[in-house]
Amino acid sequence: MNKRLGVYICHCGGNISDYVDVEKVKESIEGEEGVFLAKTTMFACSDATQKEMVEDIRNNNLDGLVVASCSPKLHLLTFRAVSERALLNKYNYVHANIREQGSWAHSDDKAGATAKAIQLVRSAVAKVRLARSLDPIIIPSKKAVAVIGAGVAGMRAAIELSDMGCPVTLIEREHFVGGRTSQWDILFTTNQTGKELVTKLYNDIAGRDNITLITGAEVISNTGSIGDFVLKIRVTPRYIMDKCDENNLAKAIEVCPVVVPDNFNFTITSRKAIYHNFPSEYPHYPVIDIENCTRCGECEKVCKSVDFSQQEQIVEVNVGSVMMATGFDPYTPGEGEFGYKLSDFAVTLPQFKRITDLNEGRLVYKGKEIRNIAYIYCVGSRQSEGDNNYCSRYCCTSAIHASLEAKRKFSNISNFHFTRGVRTYGKQELLYAESLRMGDIYFQAYEENPPSVDVNNGEISVSINDIMTGGREITVEPDLLVLVTGMVPRSDNSVASIFKLPKGRDRFFNEIHMKLRPVETVIDGITICGACQGPKNITESVNSALSAAAKSFSFVNKGQLALEPIIAEVDKETCNWCGKCQEACPFDAVKMVKEGEKEVAVINNSVCKGCGMCLPVCPVNAIDLIAFSDNEIENMIDALSSNI
Amino acid sequence: MEKKSARILVFSTEKISDPAIDMAGLLKLHYPPTVYTIAVPCSSGIKPRWIMHAYEQGFDGVFIAADGSDCTYGESCTEKTGRLVEVTHQMMKGRNIDPARLRMAAICSVCSESFVKQIKSFNQYLLQSTKS
Repeated sequence: MNKRLGVYICHCGGNISDYVDVEKVKESIEGEEGVFLAKTTMFACSDATQKEMVEDIRNNNLDGLVVASCSPKLHLLTFRAVSERALLNKYNYVHANIREQGSWAHSDDKAGATAKAIQLVRSAVAKVRLARSLDPIIIPSKKAVAVIGAGVAGMRAAIELSDMGCPVTLIEREHFVGGRTSQWDILFTTNQTGKELVTKLYNDIAGRDNITLITGAEVISNTGSIGDFVLKIRVTPRYIMDKCDENNLAKAIEVCPVVVPDNFNFTITSRKAIYHNFPSEYPHYPVIDIENCTRCGECEKVCKSVDFSQQEQIVEVNVGSVMMATGFDPYTPGEGEFGYKLSDFAVTLPQFKRITDLNEGRLVYKGKEIRNIAYIYCVGSRQSEGDNNYCSRYCCTSAIHASLEAKRKFSNISNFHFTRGVRTYGKQELLYAESLRMGDIYFQAYEENPPSVDVNNGEISVSINDIMTGGREITVEPDLLVLVTGMVPRSDNSVASIFKLPKGRDRFFNEIHMKLRPVETVIDGITICGACQGPKNITESVNSALSAAAKSFSFVNKGQLALEPIIAEVDKETCNWCGKCQEACPFDAVKMVKEGEKEVAVINNSVCKGCGMCLPVCPVNAIDLIAFSDNEIENMIDALSSNI
Repeated sequence: MEKKSARILVFSTEKISDPAIDMAGLLKLHYPPTVYTIAVPCSSGIKPRWIMHAYEQGFDGVFIAADGSDCTYGESCTEKTGRLVEVTHQMMKGRNIDPARLRMAAICSVCSESFVKQIKSFNQYLLQSTKS
């Protein structure tokens, strides 16, 4: 029986229709066999259009639906849900991707993009004509989530999941939790310190039975998929016993001959290879930095708590969903970039924040009292060349906040801000207004004429053609130059390759859609949140963490998942058991059974994963994959080649 | 009239290589608009008869954007996809079709640039071979 099909072609605002003539696509498709109605729509995913589709399906007894729009990764489920609301089995819906693989890929060739869109829609129509009603396959899903990264985003997400009754494994690569937030002093807008925030989160986590925190832990492999991920985690020991004598430990730190830059203070100070954590870092146990330790044995002589016999461990964790909260790195300017490394008194914003935190009474850095401070904005962000052409969003507010805190904490501080336009959005604008009231001076330049920095005999001068004063050249000679650096992806993002996570143009992890599916990735069951996804302040990171927690929980909360009923099926008439399909199946889903006198292959539906590996090996072509049958694929190929 | 671009059928995989092809579009990495994709669950499940059908229907080339070692269905995917390409090459030779009109490359979920590079080079080959 011929199907009655509905076809909708989306403008996607102008994302599609700016390059594809959607009316022409509609006209070309109207005469196709089975097409009962064809419509163009501004946004196929809008509520109004979805309602219209439901009404069209019901009123016209449609038994097949095609939407030509963006990638199916984004809206396949949306339109399947539309079908279900119209009481049409959702597997009678076929998606045509005319945006990512149409208008965007061929924005340089409008005629070509339109011709391709027509063929893609014809191909989808060819497939839906043969589609049949199916029921999903139900599989168990492990009710547990792994959160990778124990910064504020990861910790907050773990607490949220725990509140929902979901067991969580919180995995932190460093030996201490808190991430970047533990490095900050007073935060805007709450006025609590980073230490207070991390302490609150850590104490909350420590009191929960259903959160397992593993520090010094790195994910080294992942097998399995949504509902059943198996992570292997390498746990590095601290080489110090739990019950450590603090007096002896102090002696051990004193005698340790190895001195390395302290990354907690962004290398403005140094530490020993055996070191204690900062008060804002948890758990409160010291650690030996084994990569830099020379094993000289001096510490062992004075401290019995040192234990080099501790071994690396491999831990296996089985979870239904994985959440990435691996954070960011601050941008490190190149040598000579706005005077960086040419003077000891040119520092980055994170370094400046640590300097103000470490000083009391007077602001002194490298023996010099600091009074006049210049800030150059957008260093490593909004660059016209290179990778970092994005705005890091947090740095304008952070720089203004840090400058105000310096002014409040120390006397006689003057702040000079060299900006490219201040982006203190939302309530952060109040901070900018306060800064102006407090007498901070702001200059502004365009991208093509940034401020210049000269360093002569260690003295820094910063010059700008200030557009606020009609391009007048203004020079400031500060005691300290602060480079307001943005966020970049973690330099070691090896965990991304383990999970095959896609990255965007900015090299941060990429969500499926920034508005519609903001914490999901194309890898089913893996969510992302916080600054590993792109520059965010703490509030934004936590908001995304809560969203990702809800999404990850939705994958595991029922204890089962509905999977696609895309499995192999055997034509028993054609099959003459040879065993090749059984050999090809990696899941042991094919068995031989006797049908009267004949031996034939049979598929175990609950085990078959629908990979199709058994298909090409069958010498008599007796196996098809549901929804990918010879008939369907060859009809799609015919449609794609129909105008040749 | 001389063809501007060859007609290429790409078999991509839903979880691995199709996201890379989507991302190529997102990044506005252009390739010929006569490249059409059919996404399947796994590259090792492509039947040689589908590929042969594409040639019969006038496609100049078929490109398998394979899962490679990233395949979620198992490590044997690479070997099995290689084997089906071998079988298809034999069938192509039997029908006097240049085996180089079938190409396979592992395209991971972030290999957008690699996909576009491969397709452009394949397109060039097909245009030259049809000219000669």
